[in-house]
Amino acid sequence: MYPDDLKYSSEHEWARVGNGDVAEVGITNFAQDTLGDVVFVELPEIGSKVDQFDKFGEIESVKAVSDLFSPVSGTVTAVNEELEQSPELVNSDPYGDGWIMEVQLDDPSELDELMDSQTYQGTLE
Amino acid sequence: MSDGVVPNASVADMHDRRLLMDRSVSGRRAIEMPAADVPLAEMPSDDLLRDADDLQLPEVSQLDVIRYFTLLSRLNFSIDTNFYPLGSCTMKYNPKLNDQVASLGGFANIHPLQTDESVQGALEVMFELQQWLGEATALPGVGLAPLAGAQGEYAGLLIARAALEMRGESHRKVALIPDSAHGTNPASAAMAGLDVVTVKTDEFGNVDVEDLRAKADENACVFMLTIPSTLGLFEPNIIEINNIIHDAGGLVYADGANLNALLGLVKLGDLGVDICHSNLHKTFSTPHGGGGPGAGPVMVTEELASFLPEPIVVKSDTTRHSGSTTRHSGESRNPEGPGQSDIPTPSPSQGEIKRGSYHLTRPDNSIGKINGFHGSFSILVRAYTYMQSLGGDGLRAVSENALINANYIQARLRDRFDLAVDRLCMHETVLSGKRQADRGVPALSIAKRLLDYGIHAPTMYFPLIVPEALMVEPTETESKETLDRFVAVMQAIDDEIDSDPDSVNHAPHTLPNTRLDEATAARRPVLRWSSNGD
Repeated sequence: MYPDDLKYSSEHEWARVGNGDVAEVGITNFAQDTLGDVVFVELPEIGSKVDQFDKFGEIESVKAVSDLFSPVSGTVTAVNEELEQSPELVNSDPYGDGWIMEVQLDDPSELDELMDSQTYQGTLE
Repeated sequence: MSDGVVPNASVADMHDRRLLMDRSVSGRRAIEMPAADVPLAEMPSDDLLRDADDLQLPEVSQLDVIRYFTLLSRLNFSIDTNFYPLGSCTMKYNPKLNDQVASLGGFANIHPLQTDESVQGALEVMFELQQWLGEATALPGVGLAPLAGAQGEYAGLLIARAALEMRGESHRKVALIPDSAHGTNPASAAMAGLDVVTVKTDEFGNVDVEDLRAKADENACVFMLTIPSTLGLFEPNIIEINNIIHDAGGLVYADGANLNALLGLVKLGDLGVDICHSNLHKTFSTPHGGGGPGAGPVMVTEELASFLPEPIVVKSDTTRHSGSTTRHSGESRNPEGPGQSDIPTPSPSQGEIKRGSYHLTRPDNSIGKINGFHGSFSILVRAYTYMQSLGGDGLRAVSENALINANYIQARLRDRFDLAVDRLCMHETVLSGKRQADRGVPALSIAKRLLDYGIHAPTMYFPLIVPEALMVEPTETESKETLDRFVAVMQAIDDEIDSDPDSVNHAPHTLPNTRLDEATAARRPVLRWSSNGD
C-alpha cells in the first residue's frame, strides 16, 4: 500500500526519483481512499514551476475538491494526460497509471524533507 | 429493489417517467395559431431560418405538458414538503407573505428606468432595507446592488482595494483566507485581482492566530473571515484577529452568509469588521437556488461608504427640498384630483416622508455599477417584508431559535455520533460519522438512508477537515416534534448499521431513483437530451 521506494509528504503526495534528477509525483493510497471516487484532476502546465509544499493543482472527487501540493520544487516536464479521460486511474493505481506529473528537480536535497514509507504510515495511525 | 425495510413502494416508479422530448409525436400541437390577419413579410434571408430537424422541439399536447411538469413537481424534494437540514444552506421556511407582497402591482409592475419621483414607494423600501441591514450589522454603508452572495463578496473586495488605493497603498494585494473558509472567498478574491494566502485553522476550528500574525504584513489588503465558521462555531478570537489585521494596515471582511446565527445577538461592525455581505436568501428568507434571482447586499463602515457600488438610495434630509418637490408634482396632478394618485399618501406618523424625497445616487468614490440596475428588486422586497413582519425582537428570536435547535440536535445525538468539535455550536452542528464508518457504513450511506425516512440529506464531507462529516442545520423554523423525529431517525439508522448494514449501504430504497453512480455521472456527465438515447 505504501511502496518503500517512494518518498511521502504530510499532505499525502508521493515522489519517486528515477533517472537523473527527475521525480514522478502522485497522491497516496490513503489520499485516494479518503477522497473517494476521483472525477477530475487539474494538471499543471508542462514547463511551469512548482515549489515544494505549494499548491500545483486540484483534485476533485465525488466528495470534495482538494488542493494538490507538490512534494518537490522544480520544473514540470510531463503530465499524465490519461487522467483527463480516466481520472479513476488515481483510485485504481495511485502509484502507477495514476501518476500526476513529472518534475525536474531544482534541489534533490529537498527529498530529505519527505518521509519514508514507515514514517508516513506512522502518521496515518 | 425494495427489501421491505420501508413499507411504501415508490409511487413514482409506476408513473410514466419519459422525458418531454420522448413524449413527442410528430404533428401534435398544444395550440393552434390563428391565421395571420396582416400581410406576410418576406424573410430577409433563408439562412436566418433554422432547420426543424436541428431544433428538435417536442411536439406535445397541452395535457402532456401539464402532466409532465406536475409529475416533476411531485418528484421534487423541497422545504414545503420535507425537513431539509442541509448544513450551510439554511433551508428554512420562507413565509408566503413575502411572495404576496412582492407580487403587489406597485412593486411588480414598475420598471427600473422609471423616474425616481414615480417610484417613491419602491425607493422607500430600498432605503429602509439599507437602514435595517446597516443596523443589523453596525455597518451603516449599505449597497443593495449585488445579485448574489458571491457578487457581494466581489463588491466588498473591490471596495477594500479602492480604499487602500486611495490611501496610496495599491501595493497591498494579499487576501488572507482561512483554510476553512467558504469556497467562494478565494474565488472572489482572485476575481478581484488579489493574491490568496491561506491561513491555518487550529484543532478547535478557530483561525490559527499565530499563523495569521506571521502572514499579516505590509502587503495585506484584506482578511476574509467566515463567521460563524463552516464548522458552525463562533470565532472566539475575533477581536484579536481584527486588531492584528488593522495593525498591519489591512481591512477585515466578514462573510456574512451565516448572519442568521447572529441577528440581534452580535453586530459584525461592533467586532471591528469593516466590510461584510449578507445572502438574503439564507438569513432573510428569500427563495433559494434555481440560479437566482438572488441578492447579496454589501455592508461597510461609514468611512468606506463612499466606495459602495452604485446606485444607493438616499433620503433628502431637508424638508425645504422635499417640500418643493411635492409642490411641483402636486401641481401637475391637481386637475385629476387626489383620488387619481397611484402613490399612497404617507401616513401622518411619517409626515416627513414626502413625495420625491428618496432618490438613487452614485457614491462619490463608487467602484461603479456591478450590474445593470439596482439589484434584484423583488428579492429585496421579500427580505424587507420578512424584516417588517418580524421586527427587531422577532429577528433576534430567529437567531436564538436557530442556535437552540442546532444545539438541541447536537446534545441529543452526541452519544451516538462524534462531534467535529466538542463545543456549543451556533446555527449548525457538524457530526462525524467516524464510529459508523468503522462499523462499515460511511456518512454517504447515512445521508442516503435519511432520504428513505423523508428527510433531506445533511451536507456531507464538508468541512474537509472533519472525517465523515455530516453537517446538520435544522434552522429556526422547525418544531421540536420535527427535531425529535430527526433524532429518532438518526438513532434508528445507527441501529440499522448493526442489524442490517447492507440495507443502509444500498439506500435509498423508496425514491424514484435509488443509489446513483455519482462517479460516472461526474466523470461522463450527460447534460443534453439526444434522440438516440445516449
